[in-house]
Amino acid sequence: MNTPPTRAERLKSTLLSLLLLALLLAIWHLATLKPAALPAPAAATLTPEQIEYARLMGKDPATLAAASSGSGAVSGKSGFPTLGQMAGALRENLSRPFYDNGPNDKGLGLQLAHSLGRVALGYGIAALVAIPLGFVIGMSPLLWRALDPFIQVLKPISPLAWMPLALYTIKDSDVSGIFVIFICSIWPMLINTAFGVAGVRRDWLNVARTLEVPPLRRAFEVILPAAAPTILTGMRISMGIAWLVIVAAEMLVGGTGIGYFVWNEWNNLSLPNMIVAIGVIGVVGMGLDALFGRLQRAVTYVD
Amino acid sequence: MRPADLPAPLPAAPHDDAYDPYDAERPLLARCGCGGDHAPQQHNGLAALRAAQQPGPATPSVQRADGSTDPEALGRRFIEASLVKALFPHEPVRRAFLRAVGRRSAMAAIASVLPAGALTSLQAMAQEKKPLEKKELKIGFIPITCASPLIMAHPLGFYRQQGLEVSLMKTAGWALIRDKIMNREYDATHFLSPMPLAISLGLGSQAMPMNVATIQNINGQAIVLANKHKNNRDPKNWKGFKFAIPFEHSIHNFLLRYYLAEHGIHPDTDVQLRVTPPAEMVANLRAGNIDGFLGPDPFNQRAVFDEVGFIHILSREIWDGHPCCAFGVPTAFIESNPNSFAALYRAVLTAAAMARQPKDRELIAKVISPAQYLNQPEGVLTQVLTGKFADGLGNVRNVPERADFDPVPWQSMAVWMLTQMKRWGYLKGEVNYKQVAEKVFLITEAKKHMKELGQPVPEGAYKKFKVLGKEFDPARPDDYLKGFAISKAA
Repeated sequence: MNTPPTRAERLKSTLLSLLLLALLLAIWHLATLKPAALPAPAAATLTPEQIEYARLMGKDPATLAAASSGSGAVSGKSGFPTLGQMAGALRENLSRPFYDNGPNDKGLGLQLAHSLGRVALGYGIAALVAIPLGFVIGMSPLLWRALDPFIQVLKPISPLAWMPLALYTIKDSDVSGIFVIFICSIWPMLINTAFGVAGVRRDWLNVARTLEVPPLRRAFEVILPAAAPTILTGMRISMGIAWLVIVAAEMLVGGTGIGYFVWNEWNNLSLPNMIVAIGVIGVVGMGLDALFGRLQRAVTYVD
Repeated sequence: MRPADLPAPLPAAPHDDAYDPYDAERPLLARCGCGGDHAPQQHNGLAALRAAQQPGPATPSVQRADGSTDPEALGRRFIEASLVKALFPHEPVRRAFLRAVGRRSAMAAIASVLPAGALTSLQAMAQEKKPLEKKELKIGFIPITCASPLIMAHPLGFYRQQGLEVSLMKTAGWALIRDKIMNREYDATHFLSPMPLAISLGLGSQAMPMNVATIQNINGQAIVLANKHKNNRDPKNWKGFKFAIPFEHSIHNFLLRYYLAEHGIHPDTDVQLRVTPPAEMVANLRAGNIDGFLGPDPFNQRAVFDEVGFIHILSREIWDGHPCCAFGVPTAFIESNPNSFAALYRAVLTAAAMARQPKDRELIAKVISPAQYLNQPEGVLTQVLTGKFADGLGNVRNVPERADFDPVPWQSMAVWMLTQMKRWGYLKGEVNYKQVAEKVFLITEAKKHMKELGQPVPEGAYKKFKVLGKEFDPARPDDYLKGFAISKAA
């Protein structure tokens, strides 16, 4: 194992991360910099029809010169947003995360809560199925070999492929979303649990057998602790997949959730809001992963 | 003996109606409709029918009803009450019968034995009297201006006016609309007008009887081309173009195919048609993935507003007055919720009548632009709805009828759509055009409700119209189908 980083090393890596972020933002800023404002034709030289046309195109001829100085005031345009527009969108979304204007317009926080709820449900059911089943498969090489082809075929199927099928058969979009999370996040947990259980050291099992430990007690007090790190690795991968799937599922099904939020802003061709939402998805995903990372460390043992 | 003074009307029957013959809980007080103190026999000559009747004592509730209802309606209801009284001379028998079979079955049973002439009006009135079966409804919509009447009815309170609590559910795509209405997640929905025909026929899905209650909008679409084609506007040169359309069973698909074919371009082999959600049409146009699209507003105007395309022609230049989106419900919903359906009908027709008025269009743009409805800049919607718009070529055009909202579900339009489905191979074999059109497009219902709301009601069900100058005769669809040079139909 690597030695844990010293304080100085940690500081250095943090500084480097911040530097990279600053560099990234600088590139963004330069890339979205508007070309120097052309000398705007004086309003007096425009015919009334040209003025009307400019107004309909969302450009007020009187303030054309002022707007082009780049304050991000030209709203509604769907060009790639500047950092100023991004900051505005971020502020607006984070300042009122829990507003609720009916079924189609809710704040980012509420949408996130809906998504997390769905993920918790789908992932929870997957864990309830995968871990016991993984245990059984791990203990029986015969069953493992028999089920392996099915697992290998079902594992790589994309959530987008499951979705229409689920909608057609389940006939309920909410349940379909949860089903898709379930079916996509079950496999890493199942395989890792089986792998962990099958890999428990023979010596330990033999000792338990010699001491005549009853099977249930053997499962809970010998195999489970021994396989726990592997099982948690599977759960961590599954959580990542569940969070990945929710956005796709909600973009398809609509209604509520962070995926629906992205879709709704896409429908308005509003890139700043979409990018804010994408950032939030990333941060929440990181948080979930960190949570499982901590759990994993808690059960890791050194032999 | 009989309780003469019943305290208050029962909660189940909101109308304080002393003549309600279908109420098992109270005695039938069939007195003269004119409110006078004479026997009804002298008033309307129903002596034979009412031979066995024994006039009940005068009650305050009768007088109240007399004073507050218009005499004609009261008279008709009185006749109905008298007829029921004649069928059940013995009061306890009538009430026992009603308790046993329920109000609706009783009404249907009695209707089957009463003289036919009196019935239509009586039944219509009976429908209105009944309470709503379902008050909380879920209605799906796609965020485009075609759905204006359906959407504006929500912020403007037309649904609530009819006693309905409607949730408008913004939906990501037409296939999802189809799935959700078929799964009964939605009670009613915004449709592309060919979709209920396709679903009823089982094209692209299982077959499920579906109805078009009203057409949501007419016109309001456009062919938009990428800016690079500003100098290439002759359709004859469009071989190899890639176009986006919102859905296969859409008027957009049929109009674009028609337009291309009339100019000698085969839509299946010479160009590529891609099913694309409207928002992505604009993004694809910007990215250069497509050359143009025939799509719904506000995305045509949005392409202009975002300076990625221009309006080549408006769809009204192909077929002036063509239907686009529809408001539809599964037939099963109508059968199990006739009163809720009628209430919904009235709300949507009221909204459509308002949307027709040019003076209200700016207000409509304002109420449907927020994030929970269309989520679009108000200025774009105003241009679409008022018809004063920038066309992307530097001109300000003024076409007030660019978008309009005529709710009449003409059956001739359904027949035209079926001919096009057949023309492009979506629909195979023999089709009884008229039968399908009449089953799906509820023009009689629409007219009935429009009349009740005091709206002008047009004549007939098979209005004639022209598409690119060619007249369509709904009586001879097969001849029409044979007249096309480019066609996939056998």
